[in-house]
Amino acid sequence: MADTLLSIRGLTKAYPGVVANDDVSFEIQKGEIHALLGENGAGKSTLVKMIFGLVKPDRGEMLLDGSAYTPGKPSDARRAGVAMVFQHFSLFEALDVAENVALGMENPPKPRDLARQIREVSETYGLPLDPSRTVGTLSAGERQRVEIIRCLLQHPRLLIMDEPTSVLTPQEVEILFETLAKLKAEGTSILYISHKLEEIRTLCDEATILRLGKNVGTCTPREVTARQMAEMMVGSSFATPEARSAEKGEVLLKCDALSMPAPGAFGTPLREVSLEVRAGEVLGIGGVAGNGQDELLMALSGERLAPKGAIWFKGEDISRAGPMARRDAGLLSGPEERLGHAAAPNMSLTENGVLTASRRKGLVSNGFIDWGKATGFAEEVIERFDVRTPGPGTAARALSGGNLQKYVVGREIQQDPDVFVVNQPTWGVDAAAAAAIRQALLDLAAKGAAIICISQDLDELMEISDRFGALNEGRLSPTRAVSELDIEKIGLMMGGAHDMEVAHVDG
Amino acid sequence: MDPVLLVASIMVSATPILLAAIGELVTEKSGVLNLGVEGMMITGAVMGFAIAVSTGSPLLGFLGAAVASAVLSLSFGLLTQYLLSNQVATGLGLTLVGLGLSALIGSNYEGQRAPNLPKLDIPVLSDIPVLGRMLFSHDFVVYLSLALVVAVWAFLKYTRAGLILRAVGEDHESAHALGYKVVRVRMAAIAFGGACAGLGGAYVSLVRVPQWTEGMTAGAGWIALAIVVFSSWRPLGVLVGAYLFGGVTVIQLNLQAAGTTVPVELLSMSPYLITILVLVVISARGAHGAPGSLGRPFHASS
Amino acid sequence: MIRLEKRPQPSTLWTALTPVLAVLLTMIVGGIMFAALGKPPLEAIRTIFWDPLFHPQFASYSRPQLLVKAGPLILIAIGLSVGFRAGIWNIGAEGQYIMGAVIGAAVGLAFYPSDSVLLFPLMVVAGALGGWLWAMIPALLKTRFGTNEILVSLMLVYVAENILASASSSWLRNPEGQGFPGSRNFKQWPAVFNDELIANTGMHWGVVAAFIAVIGAYVLMARHIQGFNIRLTGEAPRAARFSGVNPVRIVLLCLGVSGALAGMAGLFEVTGPAGQISIDFGSGYGFTAIIVAFLGRLNPFGILLAGLLMALTYIGGELAQLMLGLPGASIQLFQGMLLFFLLATDVFTNYRIRFVGREVA
Repeated sequence: MADTLLSIRGLTKAYPGVVANDDVSFEIQKGEIHALLGENGAGKSTLVKMIFGLVKPDRGEMLLDGSAYTPGKPSDARRAGVAMVFQHFSLFEALDVAENVALGMENPPKPRDLARQIREVSETYGLPLDPSRTVGTLSAGERQRVEIIRCLLQHPRLLIMDEPTSVLTPQEVEILFETLAKLKAEGTSILYISHKLEEIRTLCDEATILRLGKNVGTCTPREVTARQMAEMMVGSSFATPEARSAEKGEVLLKCDALSMPAPGAFGTPLREVSLEVRAGEVLGIGGVAGNGQDELLMALSGERLAPKGAIWFKGEDISRAGPMARRDAGLLSGPEERLGHAAAPNMSLTENGVLTASRRKGLVSNGFIDWGKATGFAEEVIERFDVRTPGPGTAARALSGGNLQKYVVGREIQQDPDVFVVNQPTWGVDAAAAAAIRQALLDLAAKGAAIICISQDLDELMEISDRFGALNEGRLSPTRAVSELDIEKIGLMMGGAHDMEVAHVDG
Repeated sequence: MDPVLLVASIMVSATPILLAAIGELVTEKSGVLNLGVEGMMITGAVMGFAIAVSTGSPLLGFLGAAVASAVLSLSFGLLTQYLLSNQVATGLGLTLVGLGLSALIGSNYEGQRAPNLPKLDIPVLSDIPVLGRMLFSHDFVVYLSLALVVAVWAFLKYTRAGLILRAVGEDHESAHALGYKVVRVRMAAIAFGGACAGLGGAYVSLVRVPQWTEGMTAGAGWIALAIVVFSSWRPLGVLVGAYLFGGVTVIQLNLQAAGTTVPVELLSMSPYLITILVLVVISARGAHGAPGSLGRPFHASS
Repeated sequence: MIRLEKRPQPSTLWTALTPVLAVLLTMIVGGIMFAALGKPPLEAIRTIFWDPLFHPQFASYSRPQLLVKAGPLILIAIGLSVGFRAGIWNIGAEGQYIMGAVIGAAVGLAFYPSDSVLLFPLMVVAGALGGWLWAMIPALLKTRFGTNEILVSLMLVYVAENILASASSSWLRNPEGQGFPGSRNFKQWPAVFNDELIANTGMHWGVVAAFIAVIGAYVLMARHIQGFNIRLTGEAPRAARFSGVNPVRIVLLCLGVSGALAGMAGLFEVTGPAGQISIDFGSGYGFTAIIVAFLGRLNPFGILLAGLLMALTYIGGELAQLMLGLPGASIQLFQGMLLFFLLATDVFTNYRIRFVGREVA
């Protein structure tokens, strides 16, 4: 058919122990925004890697504009007119925008011409960007623009976008959608990968749904409900968290104008963050990635010590207390990065239990570790939080993301914290495990603990939080009860006012 | 002391370190920390000496030294890039292998003299009074080393290959995602670093001393590594660092010869102490410019 | 086509097997090297690995040498392994070894010719302190300014060598030595002579200390929370900080322990096998110990075995020099190759090798 740009027929790719893609077929029309929908681990990224030439399929074929398309490497794909915006940007922080753009092009023009072209494209599509700025100093939204402009300069016929809105504020999402609509009007096809259903319903013409590596159906998103798509995506229903009582106790943790310098060249400083959280309450903290989430967690966990008088726990100033002292007092935390921060990848689950529970669980006496007790503790966590693993002797990195996340969150909850601060508790976790983790947080709150949940998943925060605040460039908005919020207000709290002046796109 | 001779001998003294450091700079810019510079230098020193003595041609000696050290460095590349060994440990291993290998090869050459490397008077410029003899009447390797600094600077700043090299060193995951061959780029950078270290080593045994003694590079390779840190990974900084160090070495040697009351040992240790001091000053200021992926292993999972 | 696939967790089998494989590979390649030098390869290998222990004529002399050489190697390597586990690269143990000997000897010589039984223990403490102080320089510079400990500790080796030269030729020189460089000979001073404890075994106090260090390091790393913190810091520095480990303390602890043990090794050596402070006292034990630490997989008992093996190559090398005219340097190369092959074969520990058919593009 003359209107088909890319047709995918029976693509199969197996890795040891898992079939990532099993006989996947679908077609993308010219000038169509085509959604690729599926949970984490459904095989979306393997599929797009094959289209972009990063992975070779075991079986199956692709046709681009009617002729065989077998990209052996990304440059083949780019030459054929296929461009990709990655979820985890393939950008170089220490290099400037123009250099980053040049690296993504086959035959970049001279630096001066390139800078001019970058300015032109950014004006045409409403994506303002200074070619000479170092990428490390850009916000997540601006970095995405670098990736998009890098693609657009090559006039692609097919643009692949992998979870593009996960790093954007609602207002920035609107700008992006306008850009994509303009591209579509010019005849560019877009393969849009996401698991956000509402977004796909607004934007996409067609949707292909993957589950466990198989194509389980195609639909026209505007004609079906989000619920129908969700069922196709997940395949089964799962428990939604139960509601809890609204009774709140005394203030357990309080930050009073907490300010801290940025930890590294490309970190974010904290600027006068003030918050309170009460017993039995869940405080949700939203915001686009890279706006101080990590820094706030490190300040609260005690990894970086705050100035005197900034952090109060049960009425005592703990600003200068280290992680151990804070744990002893009952303030526990769970960082975002599972491997390397919350857990040591090469160490066993037992050892990773000792990592935070050594004192609260009495696993150490006179400086000597009681390995029997430590193993017992690890087994308790594995049992209670349904961690799928051969046993507590398994190395942390051998676990799947979801199972390790259950372990590291469970490890803290098992220690009965009075206050639990957690960053991205369900990041990269499948729906069932995510629901289990959220339930565990709610149960902990119901028992009278105070919880600070930092997350970039707004749906998650709306589901479990009592109050909500948003981080923007290291500042925390005033926190408000979730019941009085709507998406517009949340967007403004997240600093959506950013770049509002360019929200209109020419033509 | 004659200032003309002083400057000239500083240039001679700085050249081996400059060569080794500019090579290591390129290697590190690609994200690889090769701590085996000392081993590659000493291998270059012995191979250069052996070839020059056997063939009577210093030029062939330098060429052979560069090739031999590049080959040796590729063994480091094989281990770290393909077999994914720890870069620090492998670099140390390379140094130990190089020291042993050079001692073994060199045992037949102790006490011999190297053929003379002729001075290359640059026409016109070398006739300038004072300045001419000071700066423009050296052997070709001195000029080569200076040309290399400029070439590396221009390569990194202006060429696409240089940009790719920097990109690979900054973030190998991203470079891989964009389709660049991380391992190949790094192997090339490692070999370049090896060749430069070999040239530097050969300069020690063929020009500076000029004879072969076991362990004669005496830590020059380690100092080259320190100079790369000192330079904040900039070619011109390497030049400054190497000449600064050359200056210290020459001055302390002159003081020893002049027979001051300062103990000889204190003078001999001064270059190392000053290197430490410089490292402290640089790190206290906050070392900037280290490539983002420096020393991290890369394994393409897909 | 060969592809590497990361194992979910390191293989314990290969962890133990790689050193054996590395030794075998070194023997093979070493044999080829000896053949190239015109020496009979099998005889050379046998001379290095077998004769020191079982040769009817030489074994009685060389067997005790095994412990004499292994003692300092093990003692230093144990200290280094603690730091390497934490990702702290002290490669200047040679300098700490020299400083331990110089300072320990200086303290002893200050009391010459006392015959107090307390003097030797005092010297041991002074030696450990000397090595510790020398290691504290890179430690403090690292914690205070973030200076790279690899480069600083190595630079300090050259500084220590100059201090050794100056001690031997001036301030510790034997006043009754007719102006020859070198200190008084401790072998002629019974109160401090670190003699064999049991005749013809090579067992001196340094070897005892090495054995104690092996056991101490095992307990520290396997059972004690500080050992756990050290391992954690090496495995995942961010996780260590999250756990509450103070990185400054780990640096001071690791460099301190390795410096003190190296210094102690130096003191036992200078009062025993070496006998005096002399310009050529630094014998490269500090560098060889790096190989020992890796070959022993940073495991205390592994280091014990690796130290004995490395001592064997030293003695066997000397024997081969004597009997086959093998160049002395070839043993150094031999040891370097051993480390190289170990690092190369280590890939099996963390990765599975898969042979796959060439993929169609």
